[in-house]
Amino acid sequence: MAVDSVAAARPYVAAPRRGPVTRILENEHWFAFFLLLPTAVLLGLFIAYPFVKGVLLAVTDAKVGVPGNFVGLQNFAVLMNDSIFRIAVWNTILYTVVTTIFKLALGLWLALLLNRHFRGKALTRAFILLPFIIPTVLSTFAWKWMFDPTFSVINWTLFHLGIIRTRINWLGDPGLALISVMIVNIWRGVPFYAISLLAGLQTISPELAEAAAIDGARPWQRFRYITWPLLLPVTMVVVLFSVIQTFADFQLVYILTGGGPANATQLFATYAYQIGVGTGLLGEGAAISLAMFPVLLIVVVVQLLYIRRVETH
Amino acid sequence: MARVIIRDLNKKFDAVHAVKDVNLEIHDKEFVVLVGPSGCGKTTTLRMVAGLETITSGDILIGDRVVNELPPMDRDIAMVFQNYALYPHMSVYDNMAFGLKMRGFDRSEIASRVKAAAEILGIEEQLKRKPRQLSGGQRQRVALGRAIVRHPQVFLFDEPLSNLDAKLRIQMRVEIKKIHDRLGTTAIYVTHDQVEAMTLGDRVVVMKDGLVQQVGEPLELYNEPANRFVAGFIGSPAMNFATVEMADADGAIWARHEGIRIKLPAELAGRLRQHVGGKVTLGIRPEDLRLASGSDTADFSFDAVVEVIEKLGSQILLDVRVGPNTMVAAVEPTVKAKVHDRLRLALNPDRLYFFDRVSQAAI
Repeated sequence: MAVDSVAAARPYVAAPRRGPVTRILENEHWFAFFLLLPTAVLLGLFIAYPFVKGVLLAVTDAKVGVPGNFVGLQNFAVLMNDSIFRIAVWNTILYTVVTTIFKLALGLWLALLLNRHFRGKALTRAFILLPFIIPTVLSTFAWKWMFDPTFSVINWTLFHLGIIRTRINWLGDPGLALISVMIVNIWRGVPFYAISLLAGLQTISPELAEAAAIDGARPWQRFRYITWPLLLPVTMVVVLFSVIQTFADFQLVYILTGGGPANATQLFATYAYQIGVGTGLLGEGAAISLAMFPVLLIVVVVQLLYIRRVETH
Repeated sequence: MARVIIRDLNKKFDAVHAVKDVNLEIHDKEFVVLVGPSGCGKTTTLRMVAGLETITSGDILIGDRVVNELPPMDRDIAMVFQNYALYPHMSVYDNMAFGLKMRGFDRSEIASRVKAAAEILGIEEQLKRKPRQLSGGQRQRVALGRAIVRHPQVFLFDEPLSNLDAKLRIQMRVEIKKIHDRLGTTAIYVTHDQVEAMTLGDRVVVMKDGLVQQVGEPLELYNEPANRFVAGFIGSPAMNFATVEMADADGAIWARHEGIRIKLPAELAGRLRQHVGGKVTLGIRPEDLRLASGSDTADFSFDAVVEVIEKLGSQILLDVRVGPNTMVAAVEPTVKAKVHDRLRLALNPDRLYFFDRVSQAAI
């Protein structure tokens, strides 16, 4: 009864009149459209347009100053017979695989160390981020000096320690150049792994490690059976990001060796730049950079599927 | 099964002295509860027994072994954590089997132990599920199961029920008690909930500021609290306290304060005679107060004004003002009282508590 009387006592309130804009925004579909619009425009402008433009360029014989005609897959056919391109493919794969393994191993090791409590932890964390914060061009120039055959501080140290008798030509020796470039890439990439994996580690409750310790798991077993499986989704995302970045790496190699000596450090990106901008063959350059795409696509799809499997399992 | 002995145990975290000279002997098969407010050192003490925290000084013995330097895995203990600490990527079965696998038990032994534990806990149906597919109560059972399968010498419980809702907590409390009765494993249980402590413990250890305040059976703590802290901590609703003046008049000892004038029975009078002329803290449990009837003498009753009425069903709690103090009286549910009523409360003269105002110790 009481409820009835309260309901009856309530006066009817007419809905206020609404303007046309309000009416459109109250439609869920239109509202969603307007919310997505800014993102869609930005993505279209900066991602989709250059990509489509790149694809279109790759099927023409465009040169600098010449719009070019449609030539189908001719540019790709040329690449197949290009021995330098084959070197670049091999170098890029080697470069990506080797540096990723080292970055993951070192980054994980650092993350595990930083996840412990010790004095000066905050300071150490800040220092570890340094290679990541310094603009790559700057730090790479510093490395170029360290690798310089005459002024190399590395050579100086090794020489005075009595380890070497003659100067090592880090970037001039075709065998050493790729290794040197990889070292710099690893140096620059480790902080990203360390900090991302540390963030992942910190989401794992310390109680789990304690429970495992009581359950009789030794430190290595605690890592193998508890920490590693729980960190895996984060690790996969970090590796995915890093592989894409490394595969398309340009500035580091460009500054250190420019792809040389004798194409020993030639990667996809440097070769695409050399052909497309250096020699002005825009169509062929675009074809080279587009050749990376299928490989990256496979890597991304496989990893995303794996991440999804880990997360739903 | 084993006894646990804690001798002169201390723990310091930098400037904080978290556990101070704790001495405790826990008998074989005994269920001992450490209880106290947060920051009292109870969890730290438990973690030192588990080996998850280093000892600053003192000894811990499990069985007859000093375990001070032993890592957790070699102490033959099992622990149930507050947040369950189940391995989220493993099934219930694997969670329970993990400890046995790490210790190299063979498959058939593991399977039979897990099955037996699952049966005791009623989680046979959930063995293939992941922890996140379980309810809070089921997770807690898995955590218990993980401890049970190991057949350890000692069970350690770190506030295992505090994440459950009130109803489930009571249910699990009973189950833990049953499991302990059935397995007879020595258990140390940490909680901040005095009801949990009283219902579960064979003996209860009350701690505050890193110090053990009193060790005793539940009713011993309730009836004979060693100090004002224990008196106030054990019992719900909490004991009422008032500062009173002791006076010698008309051949008897009186406890007096604004609004209160109580004649002490002969036995109490003997103990409190030396405090005549001084002030002490008087303690009266809410359940020892009742509405005065005509036959109650003025010596054991006082006037009070009702401020709040809490109807709990089995009893009514009256928050009353007595002079400058507020007190709670737990009275019969049939009592008809209204806010602002002035009524007279009678007390049980045999159940009065007195505490020293400085040392807080019971007199």
